[in-house]
Amino acid sequence: MKFLHLIWCNLKRKKLRTSLTLLSIVVAFILFGFLSAIQQALVGGVALAGADRLIVREKVSIINLLPVSYEARMDRIPGVDFATHQTWFGGIYQDPKNFFMQNPVEPEKFLKIHPEIILPADEEKAWLATRTGAVVGRRTADRFHWKIGDKVPIRSTIWSQADGNRIWTFDLVGIYDGKDKGTDTTPLFFRYDYFDEARQYAKGRVGWYTIRIKDPTQAAEVAKRVDAEFENSPAETKTEPEGAFIQGWASQLGNIVLIVSSILGMVFFTILLVTGNTMAQAVRERTGELGVLKAIGFTNALVVALVLAESCLLTVLGGSLGLGLACVITPVMARNLAGLLPMFFFPVRDLLIGFGLSLALGLVTGIFPALQAMRLRVADALRRM
Amino acid sequence: MAGPINWFSQIGSITKFGLLSLPQRRGAAAATVIGIAGVVAVLVGVLSIAAGFRHAMAVSGSPDGAIVLRSGADSEMVSGFGRDETRVIANTPGIARTAQGPLASAELFVIIDLPKRSTGTDANVPLRGVEPAALLVRDNLKIVRGRMFEWGKDEVIVGSGAAQEFAGLDVGSNIQVGRYQWPVVGVFSANGSAAESEIWTDAKVLQAAYHRGDSFQSIYVKLDSPGSFQGFKDSLTSNPQLSVQVIRQSDYYAQQSETMTLLITILGYIIAVLMAVGAVLGALNTMYSAVAARTREIATLRALGFGGGAVVVSLMLESLLLALAGGVIGGALAYFAFNNFHTSTMNFQSFSQITFAFRVTPELLVRGVVWATVIGLIGGLFPAIRAARLPIASALREL
Repeated sequence: MKFLHLIWCNLKRKKLRTSLTLLSIVVAFILFGFLSAIQQALVGGVALAGADRLIVREKVSIINLLPVSYEARMDRIPGVDFATHQTWFGGIYQDPKNFFMQNPVEPEKFLKIHPEIILPADEEKAWLATRTGAVVGRRTADRFHWKIGDKVPIRSTIWSQADGNRIWTFDLVGIYDGKDKGTDTTPLFFRYDYFDEARQYAKGRVGWYTIRIKDPTQAAEVAKRVDAEFENSPAETKTEPEGAFIQGWASQLGNIVLIVSSILGMVFFTILLVTGNTMAQAVRERTGELGVLKAIGFTNALVVALVLAESCLLTVLGGSLGLGLACVITPVMARNLAGLLPMFFFPVRDLLIGFGLSLALGLVTGIFPALQAMRLRVADALRRM
Repeated sequence: MAGPINWFSQIGSITKFGLLSLPQRRGAAAATVIGIAGVVAVLVGVLSIAAGFRHAMAVSGSPDGAIVLRSGADSEMVSGFGRDETRVIANTPGIARTAQGPLASAELFVIIDLPKRSTGTDANVPLRGVEPAALLVRDNLKIVRGRMFEWGKDEVIVGSGAAQEFAGLDVGSNIQVGRYQWPVVGVFSANGSAAESEIWTDAKVLQAAYHRGDSFQSIYVKLDSPGSFQGFKDSLTSNPQLSVQVIRQSDYYAQQSETMTLLITILGYIIAVLMAVGAVLGALNTMYSAVAARTREIATLRALGFGGGAVVVSLMLESLLLALAGGVIGGALAYFAFNNFHTSTMNFQSFSQITFAFRVTPELLVRGVVWATVIGLIGGLFPAIRAARLPIASALREL
């Protein structure tokens, strides 16, 4: 600890260079935070997918509907605990830019199959009691400043009511939270019985099914049995584990975001290379002084430790600042991207990785000059002064 | 002796001196060049994605083309018409005509699942049922392999983008539509437009396969001139038999691409700005250390009578040259890595895949070099001013 002052003075000697280097590191780690938020938004859902859930959709395309009668048939298939369905509503709240998902569901089964959706018991009761009731996730509720009791008008691009009206008004009876930070709390869910009765066409047809299976290790077999059950019917099915379904969905977005993230990775390391070079140079310039330290009795190990501590202090300081800023910036960006990438956030795991990286950067940039300093013969070093 | 010629020759000799001593500072100089090249490559690369996507959308809409949808529908996917309505629409004045009738094609739009070649995962590929006028309504549509499908037969042709991105679309293979297997008989190109992402068949055949009766989802028309759009629109929207909206093709595609373009642009600019900040910091650092290393040299020059202004200008020139080198390298990198890179993504509005190619346009390259120049100027300015302000006597004493 007593050398901290010495290290600090060394950093302060060229204030400008130190602060420029520090700022570069800060920028690099903001980028790092940004990168992991994008990754999270894309593939985070896969990790959170229920291992005991299968998604069943129409074989040719998810836009083709399935009969609601499939539910009872699925329930009878061995290995299936129970099945429930959702349908794409395609609604717009005020402006197409305000995109978020709305789906009609069977409330009780829906909540049972999605334990990651946390709805207070009294709100659940209110939902079961209100035919036109809807529940919405915290994120969307906050975004539009909705509260329980509000009436929410949503214009569907697909479904009209029996009188031809496309505006559906729901009573907001509950606001749910997610069990994990990664749970998507943007969608709105409303009751299928109300939806089916009120819609003008395609009554009795639903978008896709979610099945809970009894034994997650049997997922593949059960999926095969489900598809076999509906083979050669007018609406054949395609069943896959929820994780695979989400993965497929993410790859529909394509490699665009993947490309952006690899670019970000490249950027991160370019900045680090440049910064590392500057820092290594800063140490090399002081060869003479290091010689003096050794001449007055500093051990080799101590000199190495001093040099390393200096570079690590700088990188960890910059890294922490950058990661901290990323934590502040990503939620702001998330608000702008809410409709597109609902799970855009900076996960704690990556925060720790980032911190580790900043330490590693300090070690890597410090180690070569430190070793040089260690091998330095005092006489040579002093001559160089 | 402060004539302008002398001033320029001073700049010339200091700059020459600086450039000649660059090899001694090659680590720092290389770091600047690499840093700036990185910024430019990334900036140009990211923007080329947006440029490619916009291009695919822009060439899709010709100025004399219009699309008619059910009112309230935000894409073809959710629109719908009966045969009677399409007939009324096709006979509205303002539509160009040939001997075969008006240039109006009533179309169906559905999606089918096909695996992406790159990942093997299913993607929503658009399948469009068209009428014969479709080939004339769209510009530059031509068959590049195989042949056109026969009207009334269960056959399809595929866009060249779709053929490249999705598996199982080669001429001679079959695709599953509903419960049927339909052969792919040809591949068409359409000038890089959105149609190239699609699979086409006869609208009547598709109606039967999807039990759609005699219904359609959209009508594509070619107007007799771009100016007749307003008249065409007014006569349709004032017709009490119809409840439709009329959109220029170009506006329709701009709308369709809005979400994706927004996403790419937000991500792209944030990255580019952060990177540029990083690069400016890097350039500043390099130039400051260049100045620090040359303190005595600069002081000697000043003592010999070289002016402060000349020192500033020549140091900035040096930084500018490094930045330009970085800009050119970065632009070239972006061009070779990204230009014409084919990919596909989700078009959120129509819920289906659209294929397109990245475009590194000359404008983007120029923009990249401009960024490099600005970074070089900022990175050079402050260190240069510091160099010029050095007190000569004390700087010389450092000898």
